[in-house]
Amino acid sequence: MATTTTKAPGAAPAPTAAKRGIGEFLLDQRAFVALIVLIIVFALLSDAYLTPTNLITMTKHVAYNAILAMGMLLVIITGGIDLSIGSIVGLSGIVAGVLLQGWDLSIFDVTAYPAVWVVVLVSLAVGALVGALNGLLVTRFGVAPFIATLGTLYIARGAALLISNGSTFPRLQGDPELGNTGFSFLGVARPLGIPTAIWIMVIFAVAIWILTAKTPFGRRLYATGGNERAAELGGVPVRSIKMKVYIISGVCAGMAGLIIASELTSAAPQTGTSFELNAIAAVVIGGASLAGGRGTVKGALIGAFVIGFLSDGLVMVGVSTFWQTVIKGLVIVLAVMLDQGQQRLTNARAAAVAAQSVKRELAAHHAGAQ
Amino acid sequence: MTATATGAATDVVMRAREVAKVYGGTHALRGVDFEVRRGHVTALIGENGAGKSTLMKILAGVEQPTAGTIELDGEPVTFASPTEAVAHGVAIIHQELNLCPNLSIADNIFVGRERTRGAFVDDKVQRDAATELLEHLEEPIDPRTLVGDLRLGQQQLIEIARALSEEARVLIMDEPTSALSATEVHVLFRVIRELTARGVSIIYISHHLDECLEIADHAVILRDGNVVAQAPMSEVDMGWIITQMVGREEGALFAPMAHDPGEPLLEISDLIVADPDSPERLAVRGVSVTVHAGEVVGVYGLMGAGRTELLEAVAGRNPVLGGRIVLEGRDLTHASVSERIDAGLILVPEDRQRDGLVPALSVGRNMALAAVSRFVRGMFVRAKDERGAVDEASRVVRVKAASQDAPIGSLSGGNQQKVVIGRALLTQPRVLVLDEPTRGIDVGAKADIFALMAAEARNGIGVLFATSEVGEVLHACDRIVVMARGRVSAVLDPREVDREQLMAASDVSVPDLATTSNPNPPTTTEDE
Repeated sequence: MATTTTKAPGAAPAPTAAKRGIGEFLLDQRAFVALIVLIIVFALLSDAYLTPTNLITMTKHVAYNAILAMGMLLVIITGGIDLSIGSIVGLSGIVAGVLLQGWDLSIFDVTAYPAVWVVVLVSLAVGALVGALNGLLVTRFGVAPFIATLGTLYIARGAALLISNGSTFPRLQGDPELGNTGFSFLGVARPLGIPTAIWIMVIFAVAIWILTAKTPFGRRLYATGGNERAAELGGVPVRSIKMKVYIISGVCAGMAGLIIASELTSAAPQTGTSFELNAIAAVVIGGASLAGGRGTVKGALIGAFVIGFLSDGLVMVGVSTFWQTVIKGLVIVLAVMLDQGQQRLTNARAAAVAAQSVKRELAAHHAGAQ
Repeated sequence: MTATATGAATDVVMRAREVAKVYGGTHALRGVDFEVRRGHVTALIGENGAGKSTLMKILAGVEQPTAGTIELDGEPVTFASPTEAVAHGVAIIHQELNLCPNLSIADNIFVGRERTRGAFVDDKVQRDAATELLEHLEEPIDPRTLVGDLRLGQQQLIEIARALSEEARVLIMDEPTSALSATEVHVLFRVIRELTARGVSIIYISHHLDECLEIADHAVILRDGNVVAQAPMSEVDMGWIITQMVGREEGALFAPMAHDPGEPLLEISDLIVADPDSPERLAVRGVSVTVHAGEVVGVYGLMGAGRTELLEAVAGRNPVLGGRIVLEGRDLTHASVSERIDAGLILVPEDRQRDGLVPALSVGRNMALAAVSRFVRGMFVRAKDERGAVDEASRVVRVKAASQDAPIGSLSGGNQQKVVIGRALLTQPRVLVLDEPTRGIDVGAKADIFALMAAEARNGIGVLFATSEVGEVLHACDRIVVMARGRVSAVLDPREVDREQLMAASDVSVPDLATTSNPNPPTTTEDE
């Protein structure tokens, strides 16, 4: 938990250890505590849960949602939201599918079979493009982020269906004769015994953590979400910051789409439906505020792990899928209520203490006056 | 417009020529000539709405002029953004605080111009520079503290520190002291003198004329978007400034106050209210005020004194942590807003755009909003009754609108405010509470609103209003309650005090409880 001591801007200030008790510390780190509790409970219920193999499998399931959540986090810090990422997941997989199956360029009378690295770059670029469209709508045309990305949610999904004509691209492993093999690396390979997806998640996490916590871009990001007018008057290029976060979110979604397509060695246009909601849930469980200005990479990661480990645990102990959905909903609502409850409680307690001292002062004064 | 002194032209660093600014149909500036001299403090003085802030925003690149030019060192310049102005050496401390509560002090000071090492923010350099600035301002706070955890005065100092870090040649200070204590103001003045000694030019705007008299070398008076007078500060006094500012005998704007206070209507005792912006702090710390029938009570105080929080708690928007609010014998301390309105207690909020008006509704619907239950018959609203009542209220408050069905946005600020007041009156209140009722409206509408308040008081209701304008409490009320740091620092009779006494009373750093907990009858005067 080395990262927990590193305070990103926008996180609560690290009060001196002496000032806060263990209870407050636990409440402060509640998402992490919840994750530990979750693991302990499921470990007690199922012998197979807390084994290295299962932990790696579950983390692999978490990986693409964590990548989506980190993109979403950046957008949410600016006070926006990105509903289009689930559709981008589908679209990026389909684009990869088209390119690997052979891009029919009938006007030139050829079918192109680009190399895998080209396929990956093009798919990510498609994600960036949809993100740029979101950014454009939000910054240049002043469309509310919810509406703009709701629109692109449909547009991107429609594009995926149009390109694939509604059908799935199977067998994406490529053909050695065409020189386009190796796509399975993203979803199937295990360098150093760890699935590639987990490595990608780690790389994204480190990169986005540095971006948010260490660079001028990060400071400006939190400033934009904290007080947009103040940021603007301070010379922060607010529009460009927003444009960039939607593009990054699009790239994250494109990456998630590639991982899933590679894992399944097939691409379906419906892939990723409602993934944006999981990402939002992860970010919110991680303590970010939908009003903007607050949230950390660490939080979003823990949020993604809570959701993933919970889902897999419920499956392993045999809870029905219908109940799984209900429980996931409860966890999300509970997390947010705890978050607000904690703030209200600390504030109310501090105010009550201050009010008491004023009341004593007033009582003494009234007594003296009589 | 008086002739500008061009004798010392070489000394002029920055100059505005014939600058005009039009917002919608309102002329905020009507061709202003204004000059800033090297190493001088120029005080820009005028009433609310005279155009001071607009002129400063234009000089600082926040707004662009509709007409006219800006010159820097004799060369015409245009600033498309505050960043461009800063690049030319013109910085501004804004009237309203523009800080990010979620960032640390150091991050706030350097946001947009981060000190970096390679691709990364150099936190140590930023912290050290921030520490130095804070020590210079004699406010040694840890620069890692979140700005949201600071009290208002400290936040204003951060705003000042930020402007100082820009090392400007022309530094505009728009109400830099509105939340500062007397000690902090002295520190600021010391800093200003150091800056001018180094050749930095300051434009200083303040409600506190005594501050302008003390620090400024030159006074420029703005009224209704025109420069009406200017003079070296050494040649003028407070009386001259006030006459130029108001343009007439000050009292002429206000309705006569011949009131005969009756029974106590609203009794606020020992009220304690949390600060809604940072709920772990108290905004009101044991305030007692009584409003009698037929009386207008004015609450005066600096920014952060707790005026708005007091009024909003009275109206039921802020929860009360201690004390009582009693209207005609009925305890409303923990009643809901609608229960209070039914009982006869309603607030005209400070920010009418945010809290007062529903932009999608017409003038008439906005006005009828709070009293709609009066027009309900069975399941439906009787449109005829509603329109009739709105028509009558419109006449009382003298709204100028094309019709009831006109969109609320088509009205001027003054008329919008009249609609909000008309809505309050439609609920047939016993006590009318108004927070800054004349903010951002023209002089004519101001006079109308004060006449209305006086007339309502003569009809037997109680009026409680808050303001940051000295002239308003001196002339528009029967009794002045002065607040400082969440307490009542004095209760004064407007016929017996002057501006200086009032300002002194509002600038007490730790008000004594002795003057606070006594619900004063209107006849009592305090031994200020």
